Amino acid sequence: MTLTAQTQAIHEDGGTWTFPPSQPLVLDSGARIDGLEIAWRSFGTLNADKSNAVLICHALTLDQHVAGKHPVSGKPGWWTRLVGPGRPLDPARHFIVCANVVGGCMGSTGPASLNPATGKPWGLSFPVITIADMVRAQAMLIEAMGIETLQAVVGGSMGGMQVLQWAVSYPDRLFSAVCVAAAARHSAQNIAFHEVGRQAIMADPDWRGGAYALHGSRPEKGLAVARMAAHITYLSEAALQRKFGRELQRDGLSWGFDADFQVESYLRHQGATFVDRFDANSYLYITRAMDYFDLAAPYGGVLAEAFRKARDVRFCVLSFTSDWLYPTPESRHIVRALNAAGARASFVEIESDKGHDAFLLDEPVMDSALAGFLDAVDGARGLR
Amino acid sequence: MTVVREDFREILRLVRPGSRVLDVGCGGGELLELLTREKNIDGRGVEISAQGVSACLARGLAVMQGDADRDLEQFPTGAFDYAILSQTLQATRNPRQVLGELMRIADRAVVSFPNFGHWRVRWSLLRRGRMPETRSLPEPWWSTPNIHLCTLADFNALVDDLDLRIEASVALAEGRPARTIDPTREIENWRAEAALFLLGRRDGPMEPEAPPGDLFGG
Repeated sequence: MTLTAQTQAIHEDGGTWTFPPSQPLVLDSGARIDGLEIAWRSFGTLNADKSNAVLICHALTLDQHVAGKHPVSGKPGWWTRLVGPGRPLDPARHFIVCANVVGGCMGSTGPASLNPATGKPWGLSFPVITIADMVRAQAMLIEAMGIETLQAVVGGSMGGMQVLQWAVSYPDRLFSAVCVAAAARHSAQNIAFHEVGRQAIMADPDWRGGAYALHGSRPEKGLAVARMAAHITYLSEAALQRKFGRELQRDGLSWGFDADFQVESYLRHQGATFVDRFDANSYLYITRAMDYFDLAAPYGGVLAEAFRKARDVRFCVLSFTSDWLYPTPESRHIVRALNAAGARASFVEIESDKGHDAFLLDEPVMDSALAGFLDAVDGARGLR
Repeated sequence: MTVVREDFREILRLVRPGSRVLDVGCGGGELLELLTREKNIDGRGVEISAQGVSACLARGLAVMQGDADRDLEQFPTGAFDYAILSQTLQATRNPRQVLGELMRIADRAVVSFPNFGHWRVRWSLLRRGRMPETRSLPEPWWSTPNIHLCTLADFNALVDDLDLRIEASVALAEGRPARTIDPTREIENWRAEAALFLLGRRDGPMEPEAPPGDLFGG
């Protein structure tokens, strides 16, 4: 059966949706974006009653290329473990959509886009966005596609935050929600690490007050340092030790400040390749959106109140034992609130030493948990 | 195995149709699935192993990974009609607190455990002077998960102490149908290999008696 599925051509689609001036994106801050563009990619075909649509929400530095080949790097999509023939989200059964978040730099409107009012790049005149704004833009896209109810909204890390926001903002428009390695609010530590990254970018003279596009420069050094610091938070001490230990790049020490250790070289490489594919201002805006995220805040700080209208949504919450960026207690906090709201919530803590990034890596227990959950919700709605 | 089946059969008989049920230590979700199918319950589970939770997810059940000692506090007060703890109480670190938590979360608790007062256990200890290894307690003392064993008499005392009331009780034994007992009778503390109780609050209303027989036609 898998063989047949693999030999079938997957119906893939993608593009950029431009919303007419009559449909501005009205933001939490009160500002609005006219002529919003959302870049998206899809796998599979929407069925006749439009009931098989699944939205995947991407993490901070990822994009809409969840499966298939990435048009820039040529590498496979970032969640091919989950999306593909014979996978838990199968284009043969599901219509899988992933869209670049507003504020991003892979085709959706963001600080690097041209402001239609001035004809110049937005830069720092781009309005501050929130996770709820990202979700609002996704909801506009989904509606434009003619989809009333999503079978599932699935995401990890910042994608998981969007999943939770979906359940709060549009409880009637999703049947199930999968939130992996995320939190319902950014902790002080989360904000602290993001602030280090932002300061690194803004300290780069090439940042030029955010107007680097007008000066033909790019704050590559600052963005690379931001990425290096952030990358450490995606791993774990055990994973770093296992991968690098104290191994040296060359024989012996340089007695200087070259990358003597393999871990240094690795981080420098991470930083250097990141600047090729990411915009520094987008990094500022998206990290800000994550820092502002506190799902319970508009509900008097009571998370269960936020979920009150989402009691018919089926939730699956996953965390990883070695994730210290969004540790298990954050997921338990979500699940406790879901239980208090009377929602159908499942929770699995997956044993892994790979840190936060485990959600993108080879974790068979995650695969089987998600396969089981998604298969059961498909069954509940007659999709298999 | 048969003891477990008898356990399920009794629970199925005791649980009111359409009720809200929390199964603590639900394993792969066999009991929850059975109760959902036969009694149309709104079920939730708590299970310690990720594998068990995964199996539950594949059955379409809503299950949280967690353990009875630590994670029951995640459930709001009075969220369930029944909280089930099957053959697990003796393996918890703090059975008294766990029982208290079950009765906070639910109006009623269904609890089963191996009876350390059973004559085989007493005889084994008396005759050999060693920790008993019996059908219901098969492991040696140094590897058993059963760290807080009790007798029926001990359990009765705890129920009293927590201001609870026993609303139904049966003795369970491998290969034999469940037998309704009066758990306060001394003889049952010798005879019952394992026991299952339906507990309510002492000052709460009595549960209408469950119909006799079972749903398997057996």
